[in-house]
Amino acid sequence: MKFQQIDQFAAELKADTRAAVYDGSKKGHEKRTKLLFDEYADPDRLRHIAGEVKQHVVENLDTYLPQVEAKLKANGVIVHWAATAEAANQAVLGIMRARGATKMVKAKTMVSEETELAHFLEKHGMEALETDLGEFIVQIDGDHPSHIVKPIIHKNRREIATSFEKNGLGAYNDDPQTITRRARNFLRHKYLEADVGLTGANFVSAESGRLVLVTNEGNSRFCLAATKCHIAMVGIEKIVPRDYDLALFLNLLARSGTAQELTVYTEFISGPKSPTQPDGPEEMHVIFVDNGRTEVLASDCRDILRCIRCGACLNVCPVYRQASGHAYRSVYPGPVGAVLSPLMMGDKFPQKADLPKASSLCGACNEVCPVNIPIPDLLLRLRNRAKEENVPSPGTPPMGAWALLASQPTAWRASLFGGKIINYLPTKLLPIPALRAWEAKRSLPVWRGGEFRKWLKNRPPGKSSA
Amino acid sequence: MLNTERKPITGKRVQLMATCLCDAFYDDVAAATVQVLEHLGVEVVFPEGQTCCGQPAFNGGDWAASRKVVRHTVKTFAGEEPVVVPSGSCAAMMFHGTVLEFEKEADLGEVEALGRRTWELGDFIVNGLGVNTWPGRFEATVAFHRSCHSRGTNSSTAAATLLGSVAGLKIVEFGEGEQCCGFGGTFSVAFPNISASMGALKLDHIRAVKPDVLVSGDMSCMMHLGGLAQEEGKPIKTMHLAQVLRDALKNGKLI
Repeated sequence: MKFQQIDQFAAELKADTRAAVYDGSKKGHEKRTKLLFDEYADPDRLRHIAGEVKQHVVENLDTYLPQVEAKLKANGVIVHWAATAEAANQAVLGIMRARGATKMVKAKTMVSEETELAHFLEKHGMEALETDLGEFIVQIDGDHPSHIVKPIIHKNRREIATSFEKNGLGAYNDDPQTITRRARNFLRHKYLEADVGLTGANFVSAESGRLVLVTNEGNSRFCLAATKCHIAMVGIEKIVPRDYDLALFLNLLARSGTAQELTVYTEFISGPKSPTQPDGPEEMHVIFVDNGRTEVLASDCRDILRCIRCGACLNVCPVYRQASGHAYRSVYPGPVGAVLSPLMMGDKFPQKADLPKASSLCGACNEVCPVNIPIPDLLLRLRNRAKEENVPSPGTPPMGAWALLASQPTAWRASLFGGKIINYLPTKLLPIPALRAWEAKRSLPVWRGGEFRKWLKNRPPGKSSA
Repeated sequence: MLNTERKPITGKRVQLMATCLCDAFYDDVAAATVQVLEHLGVEVVFPEGQTCCGQPAFNGGDWAASRKVVRHTVKTFAGEEPVVVPSGSCAAMMFHGTVLEFEKEADLGEVEALGRRTWELGDFIVNGLGVNTWPGRFEATVAFHRSCHSRGTNSSTAAATLLGSVAGLKIVEFGEGEQCCGFGGTFSVAFPNISASMGALKLDHIRAVKPDVLVSGDMSCMMHLGGLAQEEGKPIKTMHLAQVLRDALKNGKLI
């Protein structure tokens, strides 16, 4: 029997990996809930407000983007616009070549995962080193991140120790402190050798043109302190209207993403170093990346552009916990990815049209979302789009005959009584895929079609009736 | 996002939406719903032409097929009386799902109007009729499963209020109560491995607190968890909220 790809992936997942993903996401979710509800009287209200602010931005990008460009330019920043992933990567390559640069140190940024920047630069003879510990491990392993915030949630420390050993970073040792120290020693020298530092931005204020970066390892600061050129790759939806709004967003992002009151480092970057500052990049570029976002904006799923990439919806999602991030075959996994990833495919939507189906529509994602994205509604819209575009959907029962039956009461009643035959059939052997899929793990209840209607009819007069 | 605003209750007559699951499998749940409502002095009318709320096709992505069924349902439940349904899932379909799939349809207004007078059973009793305590007796330790479709609605608190007030009944909390049972309609057959694994986790948490009975306001969740438990060879006792309330009345010799 053929089931959905993600279901197959989950069934074949190593028990170790499943346990790592399950424990990591469950803990993340529980800590988040405790922190939010211990500290705020009505955290639900906060996320509704944040959602309204971001929705406002998304619907007024045409006003905010020119505003932010003007601010950045006034701050001495060189602004680039990249319609595609390729254009964004070319912009980075162009900047590096113009400076005669060959070595880049990178902070964690999801948009550079979208464009596969590191691979692109390596292909063009540049070194692009990930400095976030998780991303560094992914890079030396030739792996992919499986979580937006915790890229190596799918790995345990024994696997990491093995890959450190393989990559010449010391003899096998799976003590987390030792692993971290080794990575740190290795990376320290790399910062000093690098020509260019690349970061993303968690927020850009339209009011001041400030870029806001949140990190926990301090690696992004090293990327900027030691290099002469700072390039920030930023999705066009990352704008907040005012600096003031950051109070709300920083509080929600840290709590939702990593269950912290505030991340260890929060950087506000207003431009390249001024003549009076002794250190810092003398040149600063911001590359605004579209890569399918305006198409998402034009769709009836534009609410997904509110996303601030906290990963709370991944952590709470029972499907993500069973399947892991790699099951989604996309940079963005989990509930947010199941909406965003197929949308960003453009014409190739059918290739990822199965992602929105990987959900029981339980709604937990919406409940935890710091910007209140109605993820289940968007998943449903995409399911309908897949149907309208005739994308095959293995395992989903066809609904045409059912709809016909359910809109003709006489036929419906007849089938209620007639359905009793199922009690006498070896249902597990019937060639009905949906029935077999159900019965592989679950017993069917006894068919009692029409019994309620009979009961109601045979009641003594005076009682409620049909 | 949920359109949970309800038309205020007038009169003591309701239309019963029995749900397709009760029509096919769980007749006693539908009967218990009638008995519970009648105990409250409510006259129950059962529109014979009813079939299904349209959710299977809506969740499966076939909105055109779903709309066909919803249009039939709107016609079947014509009138002004409240429509009461012993399922948070079908109720949510009527007041939220249908609104989504009829967004661009000319008859959106009629569909919305039906949604505004549709009530999940527990919500109707507590918030519609203002009844907060339940008479009779039910001697059991109960694990109450909050179905996902009652997120953001009044249904879960309503059910907990009613159950908590029954003499002899003790509610036990279990781990990760907010997590889904894994059913999810077509999801359960298109993603059977993930769906069943989700259910197995839920069952572990429930069994750990050793309840006498697992209760929910949605038979779809009970069908999934009960079916899984039975297939494992370790059956659990499941009941619908309406059955517990009805049995409490019977035990107290009130019906």
